[in-house]
Amino acid sequence: MNRILAIIERDLRMFKRSPALIFASLMLPLVQLVILGYAFGGNIKHLKVGVVDQDHGLEAIKVRSKLDAIEATAQTFTTQPYDDLQTALTDLRNGRLNGVINIPPNFTRDVLAQADPQIGLAVDNTDNFTASTLEGSLASLVNDYYRNGITPRMAPTIVLQTVELYGYTPYIQYFLPAAIALSIFITAMIGGGIMYIDDKARGVHEGYLVTPISKTELILGFTLSGAIKGVMAGVILMVFGTLIAGIPDPLNLWRLAKMFMVIVPTSIAFISMMFLMMVRTDDPLVPRSIFGVLNTLLFFPSGAIYPINAFPSWMHWIAIVDPFTYAIHGFKALLLKNTGFAAITGDLTFLVVFSLIMMVSATALFRRTF
Amino acid sequence: MNDIEVENITKKFGDFTAVDAVSFTVAHGEIFGLLGPNGAGKSTLIRMMTTLLTPTSGSVRVHGFDVVESPNEVRKSIGVIPQAMTSDLTLSAEENMLIFARLYGVPGEKRRRIIRELLEAVQLSDWAQKPVRTFSGGMRRRLEIARGLIHEPKIFFLDEPTTGLDPVSRVAVWEMIDRLKRERDLTVLVTTHYMDEADKLCNRVAIVDHGKLVALDSPMKLKASIPGKNTLEVSFSRVPPGWLDTLKRLPEVATVTPSDNVFRITTNNGPLTTVKLFEAAREAHADVASLSVQSTTLDDVFVYYTGRQLRDAVDEHAVYDISHIYGRR
Repeated sequence: MNRILAIIERDLRMFKRSPALIFASLMLPLVQLVILGYAFGGNIKHLKVGVVDQDHGLEAIKVRSKLDAIEATAQTFTTQPYDDLQTALTDLRNGRLNGVINIPPNFTRDVLAQADPQIGLAVDNTDNFTASTLEGSLASLVNDYYRNGITPRMAPTIVLQTVELYGYTPYIQYFLPAAIALSIFITAMIGGGIMYIDDKARGVHEGYLVTPISKTELILGFTLSGAIKGVMAGVILMVFGTLIAGIPDPLNLWRLAKMFMVIVPTSIAFISMMFLMMVRTDDPLVPRSIFGVLNTLLFFPSGAIYPINAFPSWMHWIAIVDPFTYAIHGFKALLLKNTGFAAITGDLTFLVVFSLIMMVSATALFRRTF
Repeated sequence: MNDIEVENITKKFGDFTAVDAVSFTVAHGEIFGLLGPNGAGKSTLIRMMTTLLTPTSGSVRVHGFDVVESPNEVRKSIGVIPQAMTSDLTLSAEENMLIFARLYGVPGEKRRRIIRELLEAVQLSDWAQKPVRTFSGGMRRRLEIARGLIHEPKIFFLDEPTTGLDPVSRVAVWEMIDRLKRERDLTVLVTTHYMDEADKLCNRVAIVDHGKLVALDSPMKLKASIPGKNTLEVSFSRVPPGWLDTLKRLPEVATVTPSDNVFRITTNNGPLTTVKLFEAAREAHADVASLSVQSTTLDDVFVYYTGRQLRDAVDEHAVYDISHIYGRR
């Protein structure tokens, strides 16, 4: 019994003296509680919807005022007027809108004559959550259209014509962009953070610090080699994931090339972020213990598995500075919507600027001598 | 101009003074030893000379360059074998050397030739392609010595090069250092806590304790500088009252230091003191339980200057711990 107690005592004493371990054990579940709890608890809000009014009649105005009412109360979406349908649909394809409502010409006449009036709704169904939210919102709008306290015997109806812009997108495809980003992130953490600090803790870094290598050369070397590893991980996930998830035309070379152009800055962004975090650390427990916390903190608020629109506003702030958000947004546009560069230039710009800031900061903080 | 000039160098980590106003010079072609127990400040000193640490005050010039003002010039002129084994285990011997050749800017055509020559010099030619993970500790150390010479420096720093090695490997490493120094006309600075290493290898030895330089000279002169040419270590079956004074009065005795049950007697004439010791013991009915007689060693020099034995101050299994350098004590 004494021997069992001796083992227990030794282990508990060491645990008490490892703040990094204690931090990881407690912080990770707490962070998950807050992030995941808020991530999945909310209603999707503030979607962007374009409204094309080709009728301009009284009933069209009524529809538009009902849309405004939803915007003001439930805040499910914000509306933007568009003069022509094609422009609106292009913006939808490029990810600037979540949906387009089209009030066709002669809508007012059809409503008054009860001649099968229709409202068109085009949705980006690569995101089934936002698509169904929009559809649900619009469906209640048209169902309640005539509810003025009068219940006619034959209730007239407006038909909601929903057009899904893309083929059916199963969840596995919705998640694939996140999986690719995650593979790059994990490679950065393990191949970058953990291996670098392990070397430092064993004193191995002194072997090359005595050579004429400069601070910048060291940081660039580490960042690029970590980025190469991240790119390899991302490419493997991209190729195999595309096949496993059943993305149509999986080996489309032009799309793979565009994906590669997002994978590279994503890799650099993650590895340089990792390097900045580890630049003053030499405790091997630190990267291991923050791995999980960082994963939760960055992965979920990015909209990887559920739309950002459902999150509380403080999580939006995380999403704004989070490289995951932009990487996943770019991958989604390319993989699920097969867009061109217009959809991803914003993401690429963020990732490049983010990497530059990380590397400059890491270089400033890196101590070549002590 | 001396190859290494250390002037009043001090290093503090917060309140802790690791190195306290140390000064010395190392001339070209010397093998210079820094001898002292763990925690004496040797590793801190060598790290300041090799540009890993900046001195709190004082100056160090290596090969004519100041370590703070021209660290890169210093780095190009020196080869360094750090205390920790820094070779990469999953790479081969040759790969380890190739990477360092590139870090030092050794031109492409020269690289392969120099690597071949150096591996031969350290007797690792047959192991060039094997991963370092398969090497013994001694072999790894020899590889790191070869690696430190890849850019043909003239000044070579070794931080505890034989710590943790078996006795056979230790001798092999000493012979290697000596031979390389002669063949390549090197200046060598070695830190060690092994007295025999300092004694056998070094032209001059600086004894360091608690961050201070306590003695500096050739091993022979250091041993001659302390009273007594021989050391007797003797224990008795019983210790009569006043025995310490009796021992001190024996002929030719310089000092007597009791330590547990053992008396360390330094004397200028070992045989004479021994004879008289036995006579005194017989008269006092105290039998001699054990006796050893040896010439003065650097350990005796250390005791003389610091009051402690070098071997008592040293951990037998030297642990590599540089945490104080990176701010955690």
